[in-house]
Amino acid sequence: MTDCLIIGAGPAGLSAAIACGENGLKTTVIDEFMKPGGRLLGQLHEEPNNIWWNGCEEAEKLYKKAVTLPITLLLQTSVYNIEKKSGHWHVHTNKGSFKADLLLIATGAAEKSMPVPGWTLPGVMSIGAAQVMANVHHVKPGHHGVIVGVNVLSLAIARELALAGVKIEGIYLPVKNPATLDQAVPTDVFKSLLNFTHLAPSAFLKAGGYFARRSSIIQTAAVKMYPKNGFKVWGIPIKMRQAITKILGNNKAEKVCVSDISSSGRIIENSERELSIDFVCIAGGLYPLAELASIAGCPFKYIPSLGGHVPIHNEFMKTPLDGLYVAGNITGIESAKVAIAQGTLAGMAMSLAKNKSISKQRINQAIQNVKTTREKALIQFHPDIQKGRDELQVAATSLKNQLSKTAI
Amino acid sequence: MTSLRITKHPILKLNSKKQILHFTFDNQKFTGVEGDTIASALLANGILTLRRHEESGSPRGVYCNIGHCFECRVIVDGMEGVRACLTPLREGMDVQSGQKLPKPFKTGITEQEFRDYFRAGESQ
Repeated sequence: MTDCLIIGAGPAGLSAAIACGENGLKTTVIDEFMKPGGRLLGQLHEEPNNIWWNGCEEAEKLYKKAVTLPITLLLQTSVYNIEKKSGHWHVHTNKGSFKADLLLIATGAAEKSMPVPGWTLPGVMSIGAAQVMANVHHVKPGHHGVIVGVNVLSLAIARELALAGVKIEGIYLPVKNPATLDQAVPTDVFKSLLNFTHLAPSAFLKAGGYFARRSSIIQTAAVKMYPKNGFKVWGIPIKMRQAITKILGNNKAEKVCVSDISSSGRIIENSERELSIDFVCIAGGLYPLAELASIAGCPFKYIPSLGGHVPIHNEFMKTPLDGLYVAGNITGIESAKVAIAQGTLAGMAMSLAKNKSISKQRINQAIQNVKTTREKALIQFHPDIQKGRDELQVAATSLKNQLSKTAI
Repeated sequence: MTSLRITKHPILKLNSKKQILHFTFDNQKFTGVEGDTIASALLANGILTLRRHEESGSPRGVYCNIGHCFECRVIVDGMEGVRACLTPLREGMDVQSGQKLPKPFKTGITEQEFRDYFRAGESQ
């Protein structure tokens, strides 16, 4: 029996564990991977002050702090069921069952699949898979390849792969089909990229950002005028008007078929050609990995700006279920720094639930810290994150009112 | 082709003195290093196919690399359904790829497949 059980040893889970540990809660953290840190481990990007954010080092900082506190960390432990029995949470794993008063689910995010014909061939992997291979295990996904999907995640990881010595032939759009729709229309992709002009050292994108903020007609015109061969960001060609239509190979990915596309994503006839590669990364974007919250019985709300279905929770990261909390990307796709701030907040809220002596002021500071971290975040995965967060608050409050009415 | 193991990096600190680990994949000898998963060790050796699809026999490799998609499941020391991407490599590990399975009760199989399946059963 532990006071608090945390599922996920990523930035949110570890930060929550530290806050719980500092406030004297007996805390257990479990994670499937062999190292603590979650997806923070793979991150490697340059901050505006030219200092590199090295996820492995950040994860180690959190881990080193956690081990000084009364925290049990269990790795290679997979949760397959969660139950509430006689007032306690029972979490069933491959290493046995655990019982806790308070449960925090901090399982992070998973990648959206973007099926392109031939995508089951070995050598085709998600962009996050390539990131973990290169930055965590120090193995390249291949010698030279392409990325399918132009978005902030694929641009960032393309740069990381290039640093590792991998040749990226180009970042292309996926062929338009019902499963790739939000990533396959050049006009839409271009608009979403304009939110990241501050990150990309490309004159074209910067000019685009300047003009495009003024009118959507100019945005459309910019995509039409888009240079046929694309432009480069960090030396990596972005092929916004070309789509990967097929992946070919005998037992492994060897070639991709590329076609020119119109600004609406329509294939230009007779433009297909083949390109030799030895790997393909598919970058469909992230969604909150929330199955366990669903198993626990938590109600959800669909909020596209947060990445999909998210467990309803209030400003203290508490769900409507007694003793169930959430933090990190399960609550919406945001940066690791926001996940850390949310984890700390959830840890303090759980500590308050267990021990009333914690000052309300400290909790309010933690709430404020989540907000300021979000405002200062380098990467806003979606321009309407704050609106999405507000929408979730409304949902949480209305659900609470509804529940109190039924109770009467 | 040169190995896929990264030997120099402008930002990350690489440890070149990692302990070498020996393992077998489909009875062939390979080496990996301490800190590898089965998946990363195989990739570094240029092995991309980790299993054959149980029904179609098509080759499959690592897809998500975070334990979510189960595409990389292999047989480790006799244990089936082990995710190569989450399992740390150990000295002396015996890793086998998953193979195509017989499907005698599914409609649409060829008569030959049906006969082969029962003939395999008779000989045991």
